[in-house]
Amino acid sequence: MKAVVTVMLKPGVLDPQGKAIGQALQHLGFDNVGEVRAGKRIELDLTETDPARARAQAEEMARKLLANTVIERFEIAVE
Amino acid sequence: MKAGIIIFPGINRERDMAIALERSLGRKPRMIWHREEDLGGLDLIVIPGGFSYGDYLRCGAMAAHSPVMAAVRAHAARGGYVLGVCNGFQILTEAGMLPGALLRNASLRFLAMDCHLRVERADTVFTHRYQRGQVFRAPLAHGDGNYFADAATLDRLEGEGLVALRYATPQGESTAAANPNGSARNIAGILSPDLRILGLMPHPEDLVDPLLGGEDGRPLFDGLAEARVA
Repeated sequence: MKAVVTVMLKPGVLDPQGKAIGQALQHLGFDNVGEVRAGKRIELDLTETDPARARAQAEEMARKLLANTVIERFEIAVE
Repeated sequence: MKAGIIIFPGINRERDMAIALERSLGRKPRMIWHREEDLGGLDLIVIPGGFSYGDYLRCGAMAAHSPVMAAVRAHAARGGYVLGVCNGFQILTEAGMLPGALLRNASLRFLAMDCHLRVERADTVFTHRYQRGQVFRAPLAHGDGNYFADAATLDRLEGEGLVALRYATPQGESTAAANPNGSARNIAGILSPDLRILGLMPHPEDLVDPLLGGEDGRPLFDGLAEARVA
């Protein structure tokens, strides 16, 4: 199965990268953009065939390494 | 006093650190490749600056989970001293040995400049050759040095006196203008509750010789002579 882990900075943690992207978009004339947040998408090919177990494995990987839960939160999608 | 320096792939400040340690302690530190597992007999382990594993995923994340860190934890658990500078500080936070995290600099720019640090407590093995409130100069060079922790953690660090160093003006005021990277409460360096682990972003090891423009960092290394594991 494939698990996709999306890692984002937690709300309230300053995201200077997102801010810079937002400013650049405004410079390009996209004045309809509010806050911008930037994150990471990590795709995992897992040998597991059971979706629930695949999700649990990806979650453990996210907690241990893929995300730093002091500053980041993550979401997992299993495909 | 026996010191060792851990080297991960991508670490590049280990030689500066070795020079500073040897100059103050009178003996060469042991250089420890990250695949080594036996760190017995050491009083102090230093994790120096650099870009371990190319800063992949997050600064320090890969190194924090490498096998040698289990030995560093065991060293700390038996009362050994640990100093993490720059990437070393990032690795210690990623390993959970110090609280908080280092975010991208608020300016988004890599900073290579001098800063001034105010000594918040002078009763630790790392800082006892300074006076409390003393300001010393230190070079810094990082892209991710913006110290972050939640408000409860920051209050605990302050309440327990675990903030070792703060960014300040040369006169000793911790103002926003003196904060190079956006760190919460101008925090530049923090201690573990037993005061045996120090992590800081600036590089005191790069200011230990008049030829380099000063010796502001030297007292930190001179003081480490007393970092003996009882």
